[in-house]
Amino acid sequence: MSTSTYDSNETGATLWRDGRPVYDRGDTVCVIGAGASGLAAIKNLREYGFGVDCYERETGVGGVWNWRHDRSPVYASTHLISSKPFTQFPDYPMPDSWPDYPHHSRLLSYLERYADHFDLRPHIWFGTEVVRVERAEGERWDVTTRSAGGHGVERTHRYAAVVVANGHNWSPKMPSYEGLEEFTGKIVHASEYKDTTLLRGKRVLVIGAGNTGCDIAVEAAQSAAKCWHSTRRGYWYAPKYLRGRPADQINDAVLALRLPLRLRQWLLHRTLRLSVGDLTRFGLPEPDHKVYETHPIVNSQLVYYIGHGAITPVPDVVRFRWNSVELAGGEEIEPDVVVLATGYLPRFEFLAPDLLDVDGSGRPKLHLHAFVPGAPTLAVAGLLQPDSGVFPLVHWQTVAIARWLRLRETAPHKAEAFTAEMVTGAGRRWTRANLKDSSRHWFEVNHTDYLRALQRTLDKLEPVT
Amino acid sequence: MSRVRIMRTRDWTRPVPPVRREVLTATPEADEGKPPVLFVPGFGHGAWAFAEHWMEHTAARGFAAHAVSPRGHGDSGAAPKATLRAYAHDVVQVAASLPRRAVLVGHGAGALVVAHALARYPARAGVLAAPVFGGWGTLATALRRNPFGTVPALFGGRLRMSRRQLFSRELPDTVARAYVDRLGRASARAQWQLLTRGAPESPVGNPPMLVVGSPDDRVVPSSALIRAARQYGGAPLLFPGMGHDLMLDARWREPIDAIVDWLDKETAS
Repeated sequence: MSTSTYDSNETGATLWRDGRPVYDRGDTVCVIGAGASGLAAIKNLREYGFGVDCYERETGVGGVWNWRHDRSPVYASTHLISSKPFTQFPDYPMPDSWPDYPHHSRLLSYLERYADHFDLRPHIWFGTEVVRVERAEGERWDVTTRSAGGHGVERTHRYAAVVVANGHNWSPKMPSYEGLEEFTGKIVHASEYKDTTLLRGKRVLVIGAGNTGCDIAVEAAQSAAKCWHSTRRGYWYAPKYLRGRPADQINDAVLALRLPLRLRQWLLHRTLRLSVGDLTRFGLPEPDHKVYETHPIVNSQLVYYIGHGAITPVPDVVRFRWNSVELAGGEEIEPDVVVLATGYLPRFEFLAPDLLDVDGSGRPKLHLHAFVPGAPTLAVAGLLQPDSGVFPLVHWQTVAIARWLRLRETAPHKAEAFTAEMVTGAGRRWTRANLKDSSRHWFEVNHTDYLRALQRTLDKLEPVT
Repeated sequence: MSRVRIMRTRDWTRPVPPVRREVLTATPEADEGKPPVLFVPGFGHGAWAFAEHWMEHTAARGFAAHAVSPRGHGDSGAAPKATLRAYAHDVVQVAASLPRRAVLVGHGAGALVVAHALARYPARAGVLAAPVFGGWGTLATALRRNPFGTVPALFGGRLRMSRRQLFSRELPDTVARAYVDRLGRASARAQWQLLTRGAPESPVGNPPMLVVGSPDDRVVPSSALIRAARQYGGAPLLFPGMGHDLMLDARWREPIDAIVDWLDKETAS
């Protein structure tokens, strides 16, 4: 029996875990992270009548899109690579006055306005990070938090459900090259790259052919003394515009015809042949795969700057020496700065690995990339790498999560069918092409396939009235 | 009602082109945290129709009032080929630009535009005033009441509404004539879509809905009012003795007071 004032908190700590008080938050749902996915989760859970506590380690919303955040990977020139209709939340359009491909600062203001418009901030605990999420009895969860500086006391609250929306573009994936430590030049991961001051007048090697790598190579072409761009294989470089219209809009018009994959690939090969042309002429390797098999790279400028001689495409890096880098094929180059645009890895350090059934390569076993078989009240939002903007997918994903949590209460028998589906559907991938195997590709989805799957799920989870 | 629809290929691949929009605003003296109200006029009307009485009155009762002229109407940019989708786009654009979740109030065919907008934007609440939901029944009523004004619209011409359709006899003739002279037209495509396009999808976000109208409306028969209200699970609020243009008719104060009373009740939380 405890009588101290600390324990007689307004929520009333009547529960205990390992000798520490646990504050019961009743039917409230906990959302981890107030980036785009977290905000959509708060809004949609609220719309379905749930109370929400969201924990955000930073002091503002926007997650990776907020350049003030220390984990934000955006650089000064970051622009969207999907056009507005594929980028915006389906129920909160971006203003007509914005361009087709807005700048990242606009995206932050969009998310801030979304948070204000739907009055989400009162539900967010800023500067608070989640330390642990542990199972409690009755499919509930104990969430332990502390202030983000790492100081202060830890507090534990008990929630009816947890939605994990901690993002997947903040923990750099570092490659392991032989001799990387003895290299005396400067090495930075793309996450630390902010603007061209780092590159100005330098000889720069950019490693990685993702969208970030290509963007930085283009920036280096504009400001560095010399730029090498190292890619492991040949890629397809999609232009941002086709016939004066955003290329993704044209692509979706074709997708809507539901043509067989092979025919679509053939069509797109023809289109890229006509618009971008034969890349081997520029010294780039021939793509060793078909389009749709790797994450699309949207960059109209890379090829252009190769044509100017401002970017020299080079093959894979073999090893580093103290003042040079050896490439496949034996050539040695001497860059001053090496930018590693080698991507990011998702991390869930507050969750026990067995909860998400994470395998050796760090891949959790989820249904629809969101639902956790065996933990019906735990869900993940935004763990997707679509060939399009991620916000529309996250929006419908969080609607599905909200509907699911609601249905568990109102129609348990209907919910049982979905529980079974979670188990059979877990780990299924939502893309038709054979993706090139690489650790970043396991959460790659085809946006139309995935959205159609979500539509079927929403229909199954239709609220009973 | 209908299920949510995710796949919207047309909106993704053929986004509605932007057009300059006229938005009128009346702000209350003090911000009491009440949601903003966005008025959407029907075919031929512009934002001015609400600026006459309703906006000031709404603002006086503590709600920020805005009115948008859909493209091709009022002082918004010309759009001779506008569709209902484009009108709904204009409404959602303005609603999303407001600082808080907005209440959408549509009048006449503007109520249909609002119903389409509600399927895309989770409004705080929706109000349909004398809603014209279209279909062939609407055409039959219009042909019976006003054959000469209606027949040209069937051939892409302008739908001319008479002052007897729009106003009660209480409104002085000169005023009624002046209002009718200010009417413009909707695009021929939108006029056709009013007849042929199916029912709007269910609203997203489950907003509270209110239908108001007049049993003496010569554009919308009572049966249509009751049907529209039932679609949203309610009954219409009726104001006998008024014409179709509730916001301009002599007794404009009664319906807007009822709407604001309802909003006060629904949005108090």
